Amino acid sequence: MRFGVVVFPGSNCEMDCHHVIDKVLREDVDYVWHQQTDVSAYDCLVLPGGFSYGDYLRCGAIARFSPVMEAVADFAAEGGLVIGICNGFQILLEAGLLPGAMLRNTSLSFICRFSSVRVENADTPWTNAARQGQVLRVPIAHGEGNYTADEATLAALAEEGRIILRYCGEDGEVTAAANPNGSVDNIAGICGEGFNVFGLMPHPERASEEILGSTDGLLIWESVMAHYRSRG
Amino acid sequence: MKVSIYVSPKKGVLDPAGQAALGALKSLGFGEVADVRIGKYIILRLEDIDAGKAEDRVQEMCERLLANPIIEDYRIEMGD
Repeated sequence: MRFGVVVFPGSNCEMDCHHVIDKVLREDVDYVWHQQTDVSAYDCLVLPGGFSYGDYLRCGAIARFSPVMEAVADFAAEGGLVIGICNGFQILLEAGLLPGAMLRNTSLSFICRFSSVRVENADTPWTNAARQGQVLRVPIAHGEGNYTADEATLAALAEEGRIILRYCGEDGEVTAAANPNGSVDNIAGICGEGFNVFGLMPHPERASEEILGSTDGLLIWESVMAHYRSRG
Repeated sequence: MKVSIYVSPKKGVLDPAGQAALGALKSLGFGEVADVRIGKYIILRLEDIDAGKAEDRVQEMCERLLANPIIEDYRIEMGD
């Protein structure tokens, strides 16, 4: 399986993603520069975290017009696997590849710490290695992760099982107290209509090795690899 | 030609920065403040375009880049 990690000016988690895919998952991986317009060599595209284009105007607002994003949109439209992590999630929202938008955290603070998220749908390309309701310990690091969408969008996301991760307590209970950023319905990760596009605020690449304190993020990577292999 | 664009949080959309400023104003004794919304003020200078076309173009700029219609409203003022 070949991964492409898209690098925008201001991305800063691309090396972490590359490291995990190369050294931990032992899969093929290349960096894909934002000027590149051909992504046909890849089985899965990773939009990493960071501060693309300085997050000027709005997070992800300028990155979405990078030349590579048209190729990413075509790739996604054809069913290609795309995961956007943190700033990558924000870019997918701005590009309209996922519904909704991000607001400032209600605390106005940049939050960088471990979070607990509950797997709300374990029957997706991104979560099939996890159990339904499993609690994952994965770090978050963002100032604008307060997800919002209109009521019709939220109803559709819930009904179609496209809310993939919710912030929860360590016991798995989804409560207001466990919500780090004010995100509506404690949403931490969602899928697009075909489930091939996934956006999440937690960083699975920072929780894929014992030395970093959690390997729960591996479940996300192992899921997409299993999904890819099952497709043949 | 100068163009002023006012981008503000849509009605009903949470504005954490506005809420924080509201709390701070109240604690400073400005109890009359009922609400604060914080947005952006963008100034453009356009060249080589006739006034008739300009407004449509600026509207397109707002829709495509300068505002996010999911969470923001915008208002355009053409000229000085």
